[in-house]
Order: sequence, then C-alpha cells, then structure tokens
Amino acid sequence: MDFILLIIAFRFLQTHTQTKVLYPDWQGIFFKCLLAACAFLTIQIVFDSTDGLMRWTAHFINLSVIYAAYNRKEFSPLKPFVYAFSPIILVHFLQDLTRLVAPDFFHEWESWFGTAGLFAWIWLGAQFIISRKQRKALETERIKAAQQEIQFNLSQKRKDELEIQVAERTAEITAQKESLEKTLHELKSTQSQLIQSEKMASLGELTAGIAHEIQNPLNFVTNFSELNKELLDELKIELDKGDLEEIRSIVSDIVGNEEKIIHHGKRADAIVKGMLQHSRSSAGIKEATDINELADEYFRLSYHGLRAKDKSFNANMEADFDESIGMINVVAQEIGRVILNLVNNAFYAVSEKKKLLENLGNPELVSNYKPTVWLSTKATKNGIEIRVKDNGTGMPDSVKEKIFQPFFTTKPTGIGTGLGLSLSYEIVKVHGGELTVTSQTGDSKKGEDSWTEFIISISND
Amino acid sequence: MTKILIVDDERDVELLFRQKFRKEVRSGLLELAFAFSGDEALKLLDSEHPPAVVYVFSDINMPGMTGLELLDKVKSQFPSINVSMISAYGDTENFKKAMDSGAKEFFTKPINFDALRKEIGRIINQK
Repeated sequence: MDFILLIIAFRFLQTHTQTKVLYPDWQGIFFKCLLAACAFLTIQIVFDSTDGLMRWTAHFINLSVIYAAYNRKEFSPLKPFVYAFSPIILVHFLQDLTRLVAPDFFHEWESWFGTAGLFAWIWLGAQFIISRKQRKALETERIKAAQQEIQFNLSQKRKDELEIQVAERTAEITAQKESLEKTLHELKSTQSQLIQSEKMASLGELTAGIAHEIQNPLNFVTNFSELNKELLDELKIELDKGDLEEIRSIVSDIVGNEEKIIHHGKRADAIVKGMLQHSRSSAGIKEATDINELADEYFRLSYHGLRAKDKSFNANMEADFDESIGMINVVAQEIGRVILNLVNNAFYAVSEKKKLLENLGNPELVSNYKPTVWLSTKATKNGIEIRVKDNGTGMPDSVKEKIFQPFFTTKPTGIGTGLGLSLSYEIVKVHGGELTVTSQTGDSKKGEDSWTEFIISISND
Repeated sequence: MTKILIVDDERDVELLFRQKFRKEVRSGLLELAFAFSGDEALKLLDSEHPPAVVYVFSDINMPGMTGLELLDKVKSQFPSINVSMISAYGDTENFKKAMDSGAKEFFTKPINFDALRKEIGRIINQK
C-alpha cells in the first residue's frame, strides 16, 4: 500500500514542470526510484514472507521523502501533498511499530488502528477533493487572468493605434494651421490692397467734383484779377482828376477784390492738397482741424462729383455748422473720407428714392418729394458730433445690422465695393469715436417718410 | 431802368457783378438782383406783379433746383422774361438742352464780361 503512495509521488515528481525545467538530471533519478518502488511492491505481493521487511523499507523511504520535501529543493513540489498523505504514512508506521514492539497491545487495539487507517484514507480523500476544488478555482482564476491579459493587450493595441492616429491628426492640423496662417497673411495683404484701391476708387469718383471745385475758385481768381486791372486803370484816371473820395472807394474795392483772390486761391489750393492727402496710403497724423470747413469741402466735392457723373442727379444740400466747435484733433484726410463716404451714400439714397417714386407712376408723389441731404456739426460735452442725414430710401433692420460689415453692399455689382462704411467705421474707431446709424423706412406708395442718419461722435483730446 | 436777376450758388458772384456793372448801376440804367438758388429766384420773380425783372442769368450747376429746371419754370410761368445760362460746363449736352428749353444765350465760365455787357447793353437799348 505504502509503495503505491511512493509510485504516485515519484511519478508526480518526474513529470513536474519544475523538475523538467530546473533539474532535468533528476527526471532519470525519479524514474529509477519509481521503478524501484514498483519492484518492491511486486516483491511484497509475490513473496508474502518479505512483507514485514518491505513494510519497514516503505516506511523508511516514505519518511525520507517527507523529510526531503521540506529540505531538498528537488522534492519541494511534494510539499503541498505531505499534509494529505502524512496521516496514512504515520498511522501505518505506528501500526507496524506497535506490532513489532508490543504485539499483545497491538492485537488488543487492532481494530482501533484499522479505524485510524480508515480516517487517514478519508482525510486523504477529503484533501484530494478540496485540492481539486482549489485547483478548479485557481484554473478559473487563471483563465480570468488570461482573459484580462488578452483584453489588456487588445486595449494596449488600440491605444497604440489611437496614438498613431493622434500623431497623424496632429500633423494634419499643424499643416492646416500653417496653411491657414499663410492664407491669413495673404488676406491681410489683399485687405491693405483693397483699402488702397477703395481710396483710389473714391478718388476717381471725386475727380469730377474736384475739377468743378477747382474750376470755380479759379474763375473767381480770373474774374477778380481782371476787375482789379480795370479798377487800376480807373484809378489812374481818377488820380489825374484828383477826386480823392473816388480814389479811396476804388482802392478799397481793389483791396476787397485782392482778399477774394487770395481766398479763392487758397480754396483751390486746399482742394488739391486734400486730393493728394486722400490718395496717400500711409496713416496720417492727428492735427487740429476745422471740421466745418472739412465737412463743407467734402459735401461739395461729393455733390459736384455725382452731378458731373450723372446730369439727371440732383438734391438739396442743407448744411448746419456749429461755429463753436473750434479746432478738433483728427487725421483730416481720414475723417474727410468718412464724411465723403457718408455723404455719397446719402446722395445715392435720395436719388434711388426719386427713381423709386418715378417708377410708381404717380406724378404727385414725385413732385412732393424733395431729395435732401443734411450735414451738420454740433459741439457735445467732450467733443463733437457730425450728422449726415438723408430722406432717401431708408434701411430695413436686416440691412442696418450688416451695414458696417466689409463687402456688404446694397448697391448693384460694380457700383459699391462694400468697403466704404466698414472702412469709415474703422477710421472713426481708431479716432476713439463712434459711428452709429438710425433709419426709418416708410411706405413710399403712401408718401410716407423714410430717412437714414449717420452720426460720427468724436471726443476732442 | 432794366432789372436783371443773377442766379448762382456762389455768393461772391454778387460782388463781382456789382463791381463790373457799377457804372451802369450808378447811372440808373441797370438794377441788379441776386438769388443763390432756383427756389429763391422763383420766389423773387413771383413777389412782383408784373415782374420787374426782364432778364435772368442763371448758373446751371446748383444744389436743389438746377439752372435748366429753373429755365423751364421761368419760361412756363413768365414767358416774357429772357433767360441765359452761365455754366462752367460748355458741353453740347447742356448747351442743347438749354437752347431747346428756350434759353437766349449760353455763356461759359470764367465769365467773359465783355460779351455779357454787350448782351445786357442790347436789353437796355431795347427798352
């Protein structure tokens, strides 16, 4: 019986992974031990007389193996089973020892030893079942761990893939960012070109007005100079006559005419200078400016420019300048451009309104309509206000909302650039001021009023 | 006395005319009136019945009512009054329009006062 335990133990040790991996030499040794145990068992069964000797041999080897399980590394895989087998080994050993030392006692208690042996076997069985259960639990545990590992590997793989994707996207976005930056740069340069061409376009619109505005003062210079020449001839005659009163009168006329010549000469000069400034691309410097004069000049330039372009165009010009505003610190040509733009738009609005009424085919409405543009200045608490109002078509809210957006225009293609008001807004903002608009639309068919008013507010600092 | 009306939005025109025709005015042959817009001119003409003004000289390029519009109105309301245009733009379009509407003469700026004086002299002599 005890040899069977040994056969199982050696077979277990021989095939155990630890032996295979760490102590391959011991595989042979364990196999030989196995064969020896088989031989001993055969001898014990075949030769009944050897039973006693064989029993003790078995006890000796069994106890040695238990000892080795705890002290020799090669036998360590047996350690967990010692607990299960040792009761049988001990019971058999004590049974045989008692039989040898005190045979009487043994015979008296033989049934007790039998019972102990039975319990030892039950113990072994129980241990076997428990260990099997534990092994199963361990196996499930192991499978779970393996699954987790697979899952972990999968997620690791996915993570790697994601990282690659992220890197790709990052590269893509970086490239996009660079191309956008390039586009932005190009847009900025296009914008400055557009601003310049807007300036040149408005200069073109102005040319006719400028021609008229220079022509007028030049005519006066010519006429007053001729007049003074005539007066000087008369003066010569009067000097001969000696009529002092008449001489004084002629001289005072000449002086007055000279003043007119100077005035109109300066007027032409200012217009030419303004025209040059208008086309200049660099940002100007703020300087004390007579806003009333500036506004008046651009009001006229705009009017005459439009008149020269379109003979059928006409409108009333109502100027109301507050003389108390004094000199205001602004970049004159910039504010001039804003005024020009607003006034141009105002004239455009009234001419559109007139066309609208004419198309309605009601002569009464047309004759009742007086297209008018008002330009006024007013001193405010800490600056001035320039108002440009027209009784033109007016604007619905949908237009009013977008009116300062670049490239927004209600004019037909090729007429408006859509930059005028957005540039004007920028210019006023740069001056620390505000450009605001109010408007009302009325039903033209019923002869209701509509109007638009722009207000430039600038503080004087 | 012959009364003429000069219409121009440039106010210095008055000073110029008053000096140019000082002698005629002083001698009582000529009376000058001025208006600085078409509306003002019509109001002035309308204020006298029958109108004392016999001749209107009008600029064309004026805010509000243009000289050509004024010409039409004067011709329809006061057919007996002569109207001549004075314009910085002597282009054929303006000239033709003015002549078709019944303008007597068409003067260009800068004003040639000799020609103008002749025209005015003719009116004075007609009386």
